[in-house]
Amino acid sequence: MYGEKAVELIRQLHRSSDGSLPPFNEDGIRQVLEEMRVLFEQNQADVNKTVDGAPGLFPGVQLRHAALERNKRCLLAYMCNRMERLRTMRWEFGSVLPPDIKYNLSEQEIQWFSRYNKSLATYMRSIGGPSGGGLDLTQDLKPPKSLYIEVRCLMDHGEFETEDGTILLLKKDSQHFLQRSQCEHLIRQGVLEHIL
Amino acid sequence: MDDLDIEEASDEEVEQMTAAEALAMVEKAWLNEKFSPELLPHKQDLVDVMLDQLNDMEKNISRAKKGDLKVSIHKMEIDRIRYVLASFLRIRLEKIEKFVHHLLEEEAQLGEDVPSRMSPEELQHAKNFAANMETLFNDVVLRHMPRNLKKLEGSKVAVGPYQDSYVFLQVQEQVDQVMVDTAGDQGDEAIDLEKGSQHIMRYRVVAPLITNDAVTLI
Repeated sequence: MYGEKAVELIRQLHRSSDGSLPPFNEDGIRQVLEEMRVLFEQNQADVNKTVDGAPGLFPGVQLRHAALERNKRCLLAYMCNRMERLRTMRWEFGSVLPPDIKYNLSEQEIQWFSRYNKSLATYMRSIGGPSGGGLDLTQDLKPPKSLYIEVRCLMDHGEFETEDGTILLLKKDSQHFLQRSQCEHLIRQGVLEHIL
Repeated sequence: MDDLDIEEASDEEVEQMTAAEALAMVEKAWLNEKFSPELLPHKQDLVDVMLDQLNDMEKNISRAKKGDLKVSIHKMEIDRIRYVLASFLRIRLEKIEKFVHHLLEEEAQLGEDVPSRMSPEELQHAKNFAANMETLFNDVVLRHMPRNLKKLEGSKVAVGPYQDSYVFLQVQEQVDQVMVDTAGDQGDEAIDLEKGSQHIMRYRVVAPLITNDAVTLI
């Protein structure tokens, strides 16, 4: 049945809807593109026959054209959905992706990611006009409840210097009382854990 | 907080705005943007003013005595204001990236003097995003497709905001004779919006009223 493989791609994406990206199904896409090529060639042949006078071929041409459009739509939906998930990851993980996610991306998706990073960075730098210093929009994701927060270190991270010059040693399981703005990025990276 | 005199040049006059007023305007813009389904006109000047303020505040407290209680309180205020600004710009960016083709089409059709919804930097980011997306699709799938399907048609791809979603609103100024079309055979009904009242209705009806501050979304 035409369009089956395309829908299978989408189903695969839908199954892993917990936000992580499954590996890029290069093979599946190639099969769908191959199906499209075959359909198009059959259509071309039929159109030529109709021009030469053979009747009754038009419904076939229409069916194949509908299948072609469906395949195109499914492929674009697959790509678009992956792209959107990748975008969400940029806001979650920052500009460097963890290697296990990078493993699941295609070469072009990695290039897309780096171009998106660049565009986003340019935009964030330009906030506040030419004299302003820009604003990092990936900070302050939640409304601040208090100025200082209690954090526990999840892994050895070496020395850390805060804004006012105090140096802390971030050893595994050590607890610190730090200013929220200083340690927010470490919390997001997973080095520190916010103790409620 | 001491009142800082800020000059904001707008068209012909020069307005003096206190820090508190600027913050109130930023918060109002933030809430409107949060609850509106479509991208509202940009407030780049306001954002710039507020950022300048923040930088001034930070300079002030870095000069103050360390360990003073006032320093902590000011720092908290700075954190809060930074959150509101960041959230406002984030929400806008999300809408821009979601409706990118629709907004770029609208931008292309604007007349000479009509102000754009997006600030110049946002417009640049939108163009980059659209080009980036097209490159990705082209390289992976569109290149290999049969001749007549190779292009990404703008009209088929543009997703517009859902104008008929319901929003809560509070009326700031009396507005008379707002046309609301009711379902069924009663046709259009004109209602009066009293100052201070709260309503829920379709976004399409109140969209023009938000831009001139007659109504705020809650």
